[in-house]
Amino acid sequence: MTRFFALLVAAAILPWAAVAEETADAIGDPTRGTKIYSKCSGCHLVGPNATDRIGPHLNGIFGRAAGAHEGYRYSKSMTRAGNDGLVWDLETLDAYLENPRALVSGTRMSFRGLKQAQDRADVLAYLRTYSDNPANIPEAEPTARKHEVELTPEILAIVGDPEYGEYLSSECTTCHQSDGGDDGIPSIVYWPEEDFVVAMHAYKRKLRPHPVMQMMAGRLSDEEIAALAAYFGRLAN
Amino acid sequence: MTINRRGFIGAGLAVTASLSAPAVFAQNARPKVVVIGGGAGGATAARYIAKDSKGAIDVTLVEPTRTYYTCFFSNLYMGGFRTLESIAHSYGTLASEYGINVVHDWAVGIDRDARTVSLAGGNTLNYDRLILSPGIDFVDGAVPGWDINAQNAMPHAYKAGSQSELLKAQIEAMPQGGTFAMVAPPNPYRCPPGPYERVSMVAHMLKRDNPTAKIIVADPKPKFSKMALFQEGWANHYEGMVDWIGSDFGGGNVSVNPDAMTVTIDGEETKVDVCNVIPAMKAGRICEMAGITEGNWAPVNGHTMQSRMDENIHVLGDATNQGDMPKSGFSANSQAKVAAMAVRGALLGSKVFPAKFSNTCWSLIGTDDGVKVGATYAATDEKIAKVDGFISATGEDAALRKTTYEESIGWYEGITSDMFG
Ligand SMILES: Cc1cc2nc3c(=O)[nH]c(=O)nc-3n(C[C@H](O)[C@H](O)[C@H](O)COP(=O)(O)OP(=O)(O)OC[C@H]3O[C@@H](n4cnc5c(N)ncnc54)[C@H](O)[C@@H]3O)c2cc1C
Ligand code: HEC
Ligand code: HEC
Repeated sequence: MTRFFALLVAAAILPWAAVAEETADAIGDPTRGTKIYSKCSGCHLVGPNATDRIGPHLNGIFGRAAGAHEGYRYSKSMTRAGNDGLVWDLETLDAYLENPRALVSGTRMSFRGLKQAQDRADVLAYLRTYSDNPANIPEAEPTARKHEVELTPEILAIVGDPEYGEYLSSECTTCHQSDGGDDGIPSIVYWPEEDFVVAMHAYKRKLRPHPVMQMMAGRLSDEEIAALAAYFGRLAN
Repeated sequence: MTINRRGFIGAGLAVTASLSAPAVFAQNARPKVVVIGGGAGGATAARYIAKDSKGAIDVTLVEPTRTYYTCFFSNLYMGGFRTLESIAHSYGTLASEYGINVVHDWAVGIDRDARTVSLAGGNTLNYDRLILSPGIDFVDGAVPGWDINAQNAMPHAYKAGSQSELLKAQIEAMPQGGTFAMVAPPNPYRCPPGPYERVSMVAHMLKRDNPTAKIIVADPKPKFSKMALFQEGWANHYEGMVDWIGSDFGGGNVSVNPDAMTVTIDGEETKVDVCNVIPAMKAGRICEMAGITEGNWAPVNGHTMQSRMDENIHVLGDATNQGDMPKSGFSANSQAKVAAMAVRGALLGSKVFPAKFSNTCWSLIGTDDGVKVGATYAATDEKIAKVDGFISATGEDAALRKTTYEESIGWYEGITSDMFG
């Protein structure tokens, strides 16, 4: 994360024109990225004549809305994220590749994620060479980015207080049914605590696009998120 | 030695105290909470107090009707997206699973000194804390020519149930090319986007069954909630059908004649086929009877939802004057949880966390075209103050609007199970 942040800062101080033309090299090392891409290639093709395999092809992924490649059947969760306005840019791709479920809880991409920031940067640099419309790349506007909290191991290690979580949860159950019903609004009960925490922080950091959840998560402290994760994780009927 | 002696004195005191009867019986008995009104605020508060006190508080819910029709989604019923049964709820689970004593009666008087509530049926209930969530009543004389006796000729449909059914039947019976008029209410009122969602749903139905019909809205306000979104939607779905006359164009200068079925807007009389009059509102009448109103509403302290005039009474929902929150079911539900926590804290000494509130109001403009507006709030000493908010944007794509509509369906399931168990 730290390294990624440094990267964004670097992008921010480049003159506008250079940013708009941001090349693969500015993201990472595309040659090294080719190797890392072998972790993806079993499921995703990229390049001329690429077709959909287990996952959709990744040509032109930068600037594309999530779950928007026609003809490919995405998970419900990915489709919803796309409808909500999740667009693939440097920042959201980085978050998705780091931990796919943090960004899209119910994603069908069964991939554990690339934990090293450098690996992600390099593979994204490689993919960037197959996205040819720089004008469409949202990361061309670095000022539009929000960097609030970084999700550190310390935050993930916080032990939540379920009693506090129970009180806080009453604000959630107006929308999320406590019995796990999920029509229209996803279920949030019985989740592994860590998945819950990363999802909430992804809203808080505005990586996940949904305005209601950004607002709800935005005013929760790290302890409150942990308390909610503990409470909902344990909610037994 | 000393310890023994103290112990003895202590026990002696307890004996003496218990001999001086009733006061002590009251202390040992379970504390009593009476909730008046089984709607969005009252049902939620009763359920949360009963649930979280695990039987340590005796909760009585007073509500005259056996079936509560939610106002939320009653517009969707009007537009043919919901049935009436799908917005009907009963109190069975609150009684059987939460041990709430549900009394189907009207509260007709409150004695704040004796801490009693009298019921139309003749009974009297004692309380340690009283929660009032009676919703709204209409201000007499707000729309010249209309009073509550005219509600069959010109329905308000602003309390759901038979009024909603009546209005829908009248719209269905309109002659081809007929006119539907709405008299919209002045601020503040229940559900700010409600009248405009209704206009959308009426237009939806008329477009299908009666496409040459017209809709006139006389509005005492220059602008309204989600105005840009509604106007965009009306232009997209119902072009040329909706004539909204705001206060800048005389929409506030309106009177009606229920016998002749005419509406006069800024001096111009029009014969109409259906007229939906939504008059100015005030707190449910029982608040006035309890003497806890100031102007039309009951002022409350946002930290606990206690009445500013009586700390043994908490007021919720539409009846309150609390600050920045809109009068909505979502708000009432949110306030109920804060009040429930405060009541448990006061009566049982349980932990009290800082008050937090939120609201989101969805509206349906046409098929799969949902929009929303929402905010979070916190209590200050003066009021409940807005912290952060959002609103749907104009020009959003169809997929997002459909997702938004689907969310509202999820929310309806969520809030109604949060209210009724
Ligand atoms: C058309 C329409 C659409 C709406 N759409 C939405 C929406 O989409 N989302 C949203 O959040 N809100 C919506 N609302 C607003 C919402 O319905 C109200 O804000 C909400 O019901 C307020 O809750 P309450 O507890 O204050 O009152 P209510 O829910 O009205 O409950 C009051 C209850 O008190 C009872 N009562 C009254 N007086 C007495 C008495 N003396 N003794 C005993 N019982 C009494 C009544 O019978 C009633 O059941 C809408 C409203 C309308 C009219
Ligand atoms: C086991 C197969 C698999 C592996 C390995 C895998 N993916 Fe995926 N990927 C998928 C599937 C399936 C989806 C569709 C997810 C959904 O619908 O929820 C997906 C979706 C995506 C998307 C979103 C596509 C869109 O159109 O919205 C991106 C970007 C992506 N993967 C990148 C990668 C990268 C980069 C790697 C390697 C680091 C990788 N994936 C590894 C299966 C895989
Ligand atoms: C106003 C309604 C509303 C409230 C209140 C609300 N949520 Fe949500 N929540 C949603 C919606 C809608 C989604 C789906 C968002 C999306 O598409 O990203 C969601 C998504 C989520 C998710 C991700 C689910 C998934 O499958 O990806 C989590 C976790 C979550 N909410 C937790 C909470 C918590 C915790 C609270 C209370 C502090 C809360 N929500 C309050 C409406 C709400």
